[in-house]
Amino acid sequence: MVFECIELSKSYVSRGAEVTALQSVDFTVREQEFVCIVGPSGCGKTTLLKIIAGLIEPTSGKIVFSIPQSNGHLRSAMVFQEQGLFPWMSVQDNVAFGLETQGISLAERRELASDFIVKVGLAGFMHSFPHELSGGMRQRVAILRAFLANPHILLMDEPFGALDSQTRLVMQEELLRIWRDHRKTVIYVTHDIEEAILLGDRLLVMSGRPGRIRQEINIPLERPRHLANRDHPEVAEIRWHIWKMLEDEVRKDLSILS
Amino acid sequence: MRMTGERLWLRLEPWLPILIVGLGLIGWETASRAGLLSPLFFPPPTKILNTLLQMIINGKLLPHLSATLSRLAIGFSIGGLSGLVLGLGMGWSPRLRTVVDPLIAALHPIPKIAIFPLIMIIFGIGEASKVVAIAIAAFFPMLINCMSGVRQLNPVYFEVTENYGASAWKTFSRVVFPGSLPSIFTGVRLAVNMAMVIAIAVELLAAKEGLGVIIWFSWQTLRIEELYASLIVIGVLGFGINLAIQSISRKLAPWQVEQSERQE
Repeated sequence: MVFECIELSKSYVSRGAEVTALQSVDFTVREQEFVCIVGPSGCGKTTLLKIIAGLIEPTSGKIVFSIPQSNGHLRSAMVFQEQGLFPWMSVQDNVAFGLETQGISLAERRELASDFIVKVGLAGFMHSFPHELSGGMRQRVAILRAFLANPHILLMDEPFGALDSQTRLVMQEELLRIWRDHRKTVIYVTHDIEEAILLGDRLLVMSGRPGRIRQEINIPLERPRHLANRDHPEVAEIRWHIWKMLEDEVRKDLSILS
Repeated sequence: MRMTGERLWLRLEPWLPILIVGLGLIGWETASRAGLLSPLFFPPPTKILNTLLQMIINGKLLPHLSATLSRLAIGFSIGGLSGLVLGLGMGWSPRLRTVVDPLIAALHPIPKIAIFPLIMIIFGIGEASKVVAIAIAAFFPMLINCMSGVRQLNPVYFEVTENYGASAWKTFSRVVFPGSLPSIFTGVRLAVNMAMVIAIAVELLAAKEGLGVIIWFSWQTLRIEELYASLIVIGVLGFGINLAIQSISRKLAPWQVEQSERQE
């Protein structure tokens, strides 16, 4: 086990009214597991991720980590939806940032970063600035940064949410490829049901208002996984099952009568 | 046909300001020489230029120019640097901002030249009071731009630094400062211009040397060419300083320049 969320709740005040973003969220995550948190927008999945990252304090409940909190080793690193790269740093320095905060010397971290960048085929962009890259490339760089920091847990907040669907498919495979080489515990937040099924070992399906976990689903697909998996009958079945679970809520949100 | 017309326009466009100014100068020259404009108050541009060259050659200009420049340099350094430090601090720390912001809001609108007598009472009538006045002038635009530079940073950058366990110093040196650089340079430009305005103004009021002094004396002795000549010097100086700041900013903040160029 890597960590356990116990009765996590988070509420905040918005325009004078109390909003419950999360209510009694309970789950455990195992070593090297790829867990996808899937749910419609506004169900509190990003809030949950930020609580795990330690960026937000829960209103009640707690997270118990069972990984050693050693010095110089990050507990978690997060890949943000977009804009997570620093525009004033080259690709190399951006990728090396997670090492920089851990006090690794300039020469060493640049070498480690460039090895990594070359390995994924971004050598030509080593000294480019983020604005010179496409959206997909920027997210690859952000993912490299998180992996290179070598945290126990990787947290990903819809990292491909802003990409077009073709780029997305390729990026999903790329992520799985990097993950195969650098096994980590991953918590991956997405609203895309199919993406969650294709990437995850286990899905936590969330519903909103208040945000809570509706169901945990194990994905029985073999690894390594490929794009072809999306035509697997089991994938279609799970996708339909999750959709049925979330459909009412999405309709209600849009005021569409079912 | 339309295309060629547009192309012609594009080619002419960069020369247009020069053309307009040139025509204006020729008009001025002729009007002044023909007596349509009073040559005493509006001497022909060629005569002004000649006076300027004389002032440079006979060494009259240099001590005044260096007096103004050294005041500007010292005053700007003191005021700009304090504005930078306090501005970045206020941008970064909401607590500091809540305490200091009302003070700044109250002091900022006061015309800096209006408090010059007060500054002279405190710092004496010597060089110190002039430098202080220039420093105060540079302080505010610098502070306000540095503060807004930090506040405009995308909050996600701070989530990244926090998530990666960056120390306060790392957060400052790798995110707060470089991220604010474009605004800092805007601040520098505005601060230099304000400092220049106040430098000339205090020299008009109370100084023995400086470009403002030439202006005031040439008005009193009706040597109007020298007045115009000093204005040209001030203009060229301002232009040069701004150009220098721009090129430094392009070098130190390349991402920002390219972003704004792309928007054009």
